[in-house]
Amino acid sequence: MFENIGEIILLFWRTLLALPHAWRQREKVFDQFFEIGNASLLMVCVLSFFIGGVIALNFGPPLVERSFVSAVGGVVGLGIAKELAPVMMAILIAGRIGSAMAAELGSMRVYQEIDALRTMNINPIHYLVLPRILALAAALPMLVVFSILVGWFGGALVADMNHSMEIPFRVFFADLRNIVELKDVINGVFKSFCFAIIIGAVSCHQGLITIGGPRGIGRSVTKAVVNSIVLIVIFDYILTRCLLK
Amino acid sequence: MSNASNNSGVGLLVRGLRRNFGAQEVLKGVDFEVQPGEIFVIMGPSGSGKSVLLKHLIGLEEPDAGEILINGESITTPEIAAKYRMALVFQSGALLNSLTVGENVGLYLTEHRLKSPEEIKKIVAEKLEDVGLQDAIDKMPGELSGGMKKRAAIARALVIEPQLILYDEPTSELDPLSSVVIGEEILALNKRIHVTSLVVSHDRDLAFGVADRIAVMAEGKILVIGTPDEVKKFDHPLVQQFLNADFKRDL
Repeated sequence: MFENIGEIILLFWRTLLALPHAWRQREKVFDQFFEIGNASLLMVCVLSFFIGGVIALNFGPPLVERSFVSAVGGVVGLGIAKELAPVMMAILIAGRIGSAMAAELGSMRVYQEIDALRTMNINPIHYLVLPRILALAAALPMLVVFSILVGWFGGALVADMNHSMEIPFRVFFADLRNIVELKDVINGVFKSFCFAIIIGAVSCHQGLITIGGPRGIGRSVTKAVVNSIVLIVIFDYILTRCLLK
Repeated sequence: MSNASNNSGVGLLVRGLRRNFGAQEVLKGVDFEVQPGEIFVIMGPSGSGKSVLLKHLIGLEEPDAGEILINGESITTPEIAAKYRMALVFQSGALLNSLTVGENVGLYLTEHRLKSPEEIKKIVAEKLEDVGLQDAIDKMPGELSGGMKKRAAIARALVIEPQLILYDEPTSELDPLSSVVIGEEILALNKRIHVTSLVVSHDRDLAFGVADRIAVMAEGKILVIGTPDEVKKFDHPLVQQFLNADFKRDL
């Protein structure tokens, strides 16, 4: 993975240089954006709801036992907004969308479609990479906002229904509001924006360097997902460290 | 590729072209010249370096040594290369599978915003009609046969109004009838728009049917260049072996 970091950064830099062409590619950006949202929204809801529930279930009873009832909303709220929603959604998107991007570009590379673009003086970065990274960078933060809200709802529901907590909805959200600030949510959304760029750059790069036939495409897909997840986790630490200051 | 002033074919000169992939020497100093408006066929067995040579001519690969000149100008700099309109018809067609045939054919004009959408539609319909695919405009590439894909790829190349068309194994994987249709298409285009055509193929029938001149390539080198008759008579074991290869039924 690390031998390709330089190439991935170069691809990202070239994509940045292609930004003035973004308006021309707006239809493709919108198509990709729709595909990402359409493919992931239901999964985001289900995953976020249960993540919120399981956080409440794990941390709620011990806190209630020790008379920290008012901390439950805050722990669930902070945990989801700052960490779990951005990271889990990024991993979900790396698996669902990053893999599809690597497979599509890999297949285009293997079957000479990218060479065909080059012979027509069509820059593959403008035509293929830019719309995908832009769509991801717009879609993932939105999905994370959605995920945070659904996760909070899942946590509140479990805190309310679980016999060892029985924290009413209103109390849960009042406690959550006392502890979670807007900047915490913004931190989480900003992280997801960075993760989106990582997923887009890694997956597109892996697709563009695919060699061989179907086996090569399969290998690229696996590498795109694994490398994205590893980089997401590493950058999660780095970003958290920077954002704590 | 859009600044050339006319549609007539260009002359191509390749001098001392060399290319290594690691330790493997794929092109070992290739030299040949193609006259404007000529149909020049490069034949040779699989793995002789023909497709790699084509990729160098269209700018998909860079040579280790040697030069490629069009109308006397070296096309190693992108500015000079951009002066001339060149198109490559890929062996597989290389149509974009996510676009319809019509969108594929009009892709160059659409992406470079060279015409209005209405004009592009008209040009696409014309070019598809030229290759007999007017009914396939809304089909996806996956719905086309091998021959239709190649004809669609030719239509896509024609949209560029090329001065030089490169064909990579245009009849591979095609039945004899479809091969004849593609061969006739190459001849018809050459007659109609006087484009210079460079065909890379190991199909002997196609080569001797369409070529003004033929080059035989083996092991990264050109062995002979001449008219079809001259090549047939050329006394070189590899050339004769390639041209006369046949089954031995009495084995």
